[in-house]
Amino acid sequence: MTLTFLILAAITVAGTAAAMGMRNAVHCVLALTVGFAGVAALYLQLDAQFVGLTQIMVYVGAVAILAVFAIMMTHTPAPEQPPAFSSHWILGGLVAAAVFAVLAWAIGSSAVSMQPLPAEPAVGVQQIGAALMDRYVLPLEIMGLLLTAALIGAVVIAMDRKEDRQ
Amino acid sequence: MSSLQNYLLLSALLFSIGLAGALTRRNAILVLIGIELMLNAANLNFIAFWRYGPNPSALTGIMFAIFSISVAAAEAAVGLAIILAAYRHSRTTDLDRMNSLKG
Repeated sequence: MTLTFLILAAITVAGTAAAMGMRNAVHCVLALTVGFAGVAALYLQLDAQFVGLTQIMVYVGAVAILAVFAIMMTHTPAPEQPPAFSSHWILGGLVAAAVFAVLAWAIGSSAVSMQPLPAEPAVGVQQIGAALMDRYVLPLEIMGLLLTAALIGAVVIAMDRKEDRQ
Repeated sequence: MSSLQNYLLLSALLFSIGLAGALTRRNAILVLIGIELMLNAANLNFIAFWRYGPNPSALTGIMFAIFSISVAAAEAAVGLAIILAAYRHSRTTDLDRMNSLKG
């Protein structure tokens, strides 16, 4: 357990916990970008540079901005602030704590997690690109199709139709 | 205590934080963000198992994480569009007040 891992883990957990715990939704998304950036730094520490930079581009760059825009477009200035948490928040917190307890017990009692760190793999962007164009070319094409369909679908769903306003 | 175990524990903690947010927040956008956090925890597991696995040059963990990030991006776009459409319909993103199935 290195000091770098401890610092990155603390930043990630603090960012995500603040994102799920703060009142103001915009503050939540700003804290979320810290958490996403911490996860990206953890990917870099695990020698997965390409995935780390993809994480920064997709999550910090796109998903967080999308969430901020959605908050901006659905903002209603209410006279009284509604509570940030649902009425069943105790039950939800208990379920989440129970899930964490079961996962931590499973991880702690597992022999798989006792492996030593292997030597650093020689995996660069060139190998990833070659694999994407060779062995994983069909999933890549399907992913392109899925993204196109999803983005067109998102525009169609969010479109402001005239007949809906009446 | 090995290092893979630390990554798995951190990932479990991230998953639980996301689950707690998805179950307890009232704002629909923040519930979606909680689901994104759970997906991130799964991706962290993929990368950690890839790094500590016996054959890292096979690139399976990296490929799965890349495709999972793409699916998560598509999911976020469609989810936020659905929230916008629901907001236009019911003028709220408060999940406790979105309780009618017919208009």
